[in-house]
Amino acid sequence: MASVELNGKTYETDEEGYLVNLGEWDEGIAAYLAEQEKVDMTESHWEVVNFLREYYNDYQIAPAIRVLTKAIGKKLGAEKGNSKYLYELFPYGPAKQACKIAGLPKPTGCI
Amino acid sequence: MTESTGGIDFEDEDASGVIKKFMFVNRKAPYGTIYALESLEVVLISAAFDQDVSLAFLDDGVYQIVKGQHTKAIAMKNFSPTYRALEGYDIEKLYVEKESLDQRGLTEDDLLVDVQVMSSAEMAKMMSEQDVVISF
Repeated sequence: MASVELNGKTYETDEEGYLVNLGEWDEGIAAYLAEQEKVDMTESHWEVVNFLREYYNDYQIAPAIRVLTKAIGKKLGAEKGNSKYLYELFPYGPAKQACKIAGLPKPTGCI
Repeated sequence: MTESTGGIDFEDEDASGVIKKFMFVNRKAPYGTIYALESLEVVLISAAFDQDVSLAFLDDGVYQIVKGQHTKAIAMKNFSPTYRALEGYDIEKLYVEKESLDQRGLTEDDLLVDVQVMSSAEMAKMMSEQDVVISF
């Protein structure tokens, strides 16, 4: 088990860098994880990250990409509800990067 | 194989597009064994393959989708909210055996998702129409 020290707080992560304890998440660790992923967080990035956190809070899973795009389209507008938009924000995969930054576990259905 | 995005784009795949009827049969209480959670994970993964997926809840399996689950005292994650995500995965065929509900003093109102309640005989017929039945 690895861990990250940040502003006097310790965050446990797994071997791939995903946060172990969702409850420890805050914007500080999100910004740190984003930096690790070389993602420059803009308002659009935060929108997706916050959406993922809400989804997880409601359903206790990280959504599959197809489900994520559909749900985002419904909530944030059709122009954002497609994988092209999400991949532009998170080039190495919305699941891998956005979920990690949001402090969620890796999505079920990763093949 | 795509990278770990949790989804594969099947849009341009039509040649091998054989759609089979898969039924996942859930018979065990949600906690105490890993069966219920494993079944749910397999179901979610199966959604990526564009198959005709249904879930059946029988015996103690009906407790998996009962409202108001509190798991703090047994130190397990309450994964029951995930059943409500199935709709977003286009998994909408949830069948519950009436006899199993009756024996446990439950009704459809006690369940946290929309389901189709059917008799044991109807359930048997439904099972016989499947290509694949996987029991948990």
